[in-house]
Amino acid sequence: MTITITELRRILVECAGGEDLAELDGDIAAVEFEELGYDSLALIETAARIQRDFGVTIPEEQLIEVRTPQELVDIVNSQLQGVA
Amino acid sequence: MILVTGMGVLAPNGMGVERFWDAVLAGRGAIAPLARFDAGRSAARLAGQVADFDAAEHLPSRLLPQTDVSTRMALVAAQWALDDAKVDTTTLTDYDMGVVTGNASGGFEFTHREFNKLWSLGSEHVSVYESFAWFYAVNTGQISIRHGMRGPSSALVAEQAGGLDAIGHARRTVRRGTPLVVTGGVDSALDPWGWASHLASGSVSTSTDPERAYLPFDVGAAGYVPGEGGAMLVVEDAAAARARGVPKVHGEIAGYASTFDPPPGSDRPSGLRRAAELALADAGMTPGDIDVVFADASGIPDRDRDEAAAIEAIFGAGGVPVTASKPLTGRLFSGAGPLDIVTALLSVRDSVIPPTAYTTTLAEDYRIDLVLGAPRSATVGGALVLARGRWGFNSAVVVRAVSD
Repeated sequence: MTITITELRRILVECAGGEDLAELDGDIAAVEFEELGYDSLALIETAARIQRDFGVTIPEEQLIEVRTPQELVDIVNSQLQGVA
Repeated sequence: MILVTGMGVLAPNGMGVERFWDAVLAGRGAIAPLARFDAGRSAARLAGQVADFDAAEHLPSRLLPQTDVSTRMALVAAQWALDDAKVDTTTLTDYDMGVVTGNASGGFEFTHREFNKLWSLGSEHVSVYESFAWFYAVNTGQISIRHGMRGPSSALVAEQAGGLDAIGHARRTVRRGTPLVVTGGVDSALDPWGWASHLASGSVSTSTDPERAYLPFDVGAAGYVPGEGGAMLVVEDAAAARARGVPKVHGEIAGYASTFDPPPGSDRPSGLRRAAELALADAGMTPGDIDVVFADASGIPDRDRDEAAAIEAIFGAGGVPVTASKPLTGRLFSGAGPLDIVTALLSVRDSVIPPTAYTTTLAEDYRIDLVLGAPRSATVGGALVLARGRWGFNSAVVVRAVSD
């Protein structure tokens, strides 16, 4: 099991809104969360959802460092593959 | 001089200032059976609900996952007040704009949902936004963030009196040097948990007739109906407002005071009369300068009696027209005082005093000139707005007409 950018986008919107924003339509993988309008609380909420849906715990010290959707996807997927 | 330059109203009987005012003058109310949940087993089932409010129509999607319905309403009312005042926040300095709101109940519905998740699914299911969505200061914070207002800001909690306290403190904030403050109050707690909390007051009307449930000062008074919504204002220093080319002035916040009641069982009088007199003194006005009193109008007989006596003591028997539009909306807690200030300023504008809907027969010992039945034409230059909060809060604001 892995998480994709598309799935992450869906989770971000469910957790913190933003579906009406044009910034989310394009390739967001390398766009910083701040630019996408997601703050640290939005990321905490997103991480909690990922933990529930994927069983992956993202350590707080990693979460505060993460800048882009691709970085977050990589963290989750490396853990998922480590488990497998 | 501290001016009201913008008004935004989100009331059960009208979204927007003019729709609300039309409803008030026409005696159109919004007391109806609770529609948010099945209240069939509840002793009281009537509430003043803002039935047509769809937050997604008015707010960015990002604000929805993190806000209670009360905060959504506050954000929308604040936006409307800023629009009314034609404030362009990008042309003003962020530290020159503050936010001061009253709040009585916080985010009940949001919190009820998250508590439900906590007990049924586990703590990892609770939204991170619960950390502030429940909180009394949340409306101030969200308005501040949304509009980039970094000036002195605060939140005041004094049950139904807190909305007037917010406006009083906003006036003080302007006097201390912040040229523009967004102020007012909005409350909503009509989810099952919020409703249970309302009922705990023991004073919610159990009538099932929307036109007989909340009858302030009437011989049939038997409690009140809770409602949701409120009003937000933009208040400004007069010189600063002129400097930015303010399009219109609704009136002046001329005086404010608050007092606290003696403890239960004391034979000293309530603090209401003193709050009103102190507010008049603060405005440099006498009772003769007041053309109408917007009463707290609790609908609880001993509270009504106390208020009627305080008004009589200040103005003389039948000495001033008294009214309340609350029977049309229910009691709005922190939203009530600010909404009454809007109503007072519209009375000034249109030279008319709206009636106290549904009340028909005053108790004999209430020697007040309660406006009944139909709007009354009257030149209104000064108005006194009263609000009382459970547990002893009394607040009074005096508004005054401003000539161009």
